[in-house]
Amino acid sequence: MSVTVKIPTQLRAATGGQAEIEVEGATVGEVLDAVFDAHGDLRERITQDGDLRRFVNVYVSGEDIRFQQGLDTGIDDGAEVTILPAVAGG
Amino acid sequence: MSIESLKCKECGSVYELDASYVCENCFGPLEVAYDYSSLDPAEVKRQIQAGSQGIWRYADFLPFKGRPGDPLEPGLTPLLRADRLAERLGTEAEIWIKNDAANPTHSFKDRVVAVAVAKAHELGFETVACASTGNLANAVAAHAAAAGLDSYVFVPANLEEQKLLATGVYGTKLVGVRGNYDDVNRLCTQLAESRPWAFVNVNLRPYYAEGSKTLAYETVEQLGWELPDRVVSPIASGSLFTKLGRGFQEWLDLGLVEGGQPVFNGAQAEGCSPVATAFAEGWDVCKPQKPETIAKSLAIGDPADGPYAVEHARRTGGGIDSVTDAEIREGIKLLAETTGIFTETAGGVTVGVLRKLAERGELGKGERVVVYITGEGLKTLDATRDTFQMHEIDPDLDSFEAEFRREAAVR
Repeated sequence: MSVTVKIPTQLRAATGGQAEIEVEGATVGEVLDAVFDAHGDLRERITQDGDLRRFVNVYVSGEDIRFQQGLDTGIDDGAEVTILPAVAGG
Repeated sequence: MSIESLKCKECGSVYELDASYVCENCFGPLEVAYDYSSLDPAEVKRQIQAGSQGIWRYADFLPFKGRPGDPLEPGLTPLLRADRLAERLGTEAEIWIKNDAANPTHSFKDRVVAVAVAKAHELGFETVACASTGNLANAVAAHAAAAGLDSYVFVPANLEEQKLLATGVYGTKLVGVRGNYDDVNRLCTQLAESRPWAFVNVNLRPYYAEGSKTLAYETVEQLGWELPDRVVSPIASGSLFTKLGRGFQEWLDLGLVEGGQPVFNGAQAEGCSPVATAFAEGWDVCKPQKPETIAKSLAIGDPADGPYAVEHARRTGGGIDSVTDAEIREGIKLLAETTGIFTETAGGVTVGVLRKLAERGELGKGERVVVYITGEGLKTLDATRDTFQMHEIDPDLDSFEAEFRREAAVR
């Protein structure tokens, strides 16, 4: 399944400036692994011991994955995965 | 005066003092770091006391090199002893109400926005913006107008009418987003990537959040340079709660006040209680919720500083409780009837939690408790609708007598 992953400004140093990455994957976990395969630096920046760090939000087509099945959330073909900092607002 | 850098609260990475808010190494939140080593406590105290009648009297502890001016300076709001409230609660604790509705746009948000708008000006921005549950919208629109900056204010479209009207009047670009606050926040986080705007609670959030410390400083000053034993504060994002703690700590570290951190009690609405839930469950993260509460100003389902609020409540031996919508309405009425202060739903949440603490016997005899009332009742009038009856009479004495004889008979 082809998926577009949107990379926030703060992580683009680790993707060579790319704001969007196209990868394959059937779940959020698989998609992120594919992103980390392409850009190794990213793994440590947003995950710790296999889980997302606590200030990282991931959305599938606009919906927070914590309201779905977390890293096991399924992805439809052509879906968009957005990574954003969880430190705004209030 | 002594502002040094931005520093990641998670991993300690250090950044320049620009419009950024996220650590590139671990995605943690950035916070302003200061160096107070050259400050002389006695001199600082003298300068504060000779300072302006608002938050800029604390300029040494705010994120500026110089002393910012501000036509709408907030702060120095009343701190009132509330003996009748204590009596109604059946507690022998000493209850004080910090009425922060007495700010230019009637909420504590004037403090954070005054700091953020001054910083936006210093950094050369021409447009300010925010994601808001209402009070922040009022404040950003007003302070931008006063400073002559353009503004964009993003709110959930279903906000209380009073808060929409009290925002639009300032000539801001008011954007009602069809979604909840967390949707608005996500949209603004994305917009902040591409627009050259100062989003006060996104890319300027490290500076903005510092404004809340002034509530702690004022409390200490107004108590005669003493700390309260306990504070009760509402929690939405958790920023106010944690910055109150930071404010007290800075003055303790500097020796401006003696003692230790007060016990911190946080207040949430049951219909949006991710931080209270994390506290109760012993989690170090907050599981997001879809808000369903009349306390819209606290309706943040994914609170950015939630984990830090939980940590601070634990560290000080406090807690975080939640109350139902019915308890919120009762809290509003209780405060109004015993202090003459009419608060919005967030204040109803806070008073509701104060009442729970009293009922559980957690407030000790003579303990000095400061309760933070963060907003004005006129902004959430629906919450008081149908909670009392008006006597409607004809304009003559007989009609009045008949009405109140009947009432006396009923009694």
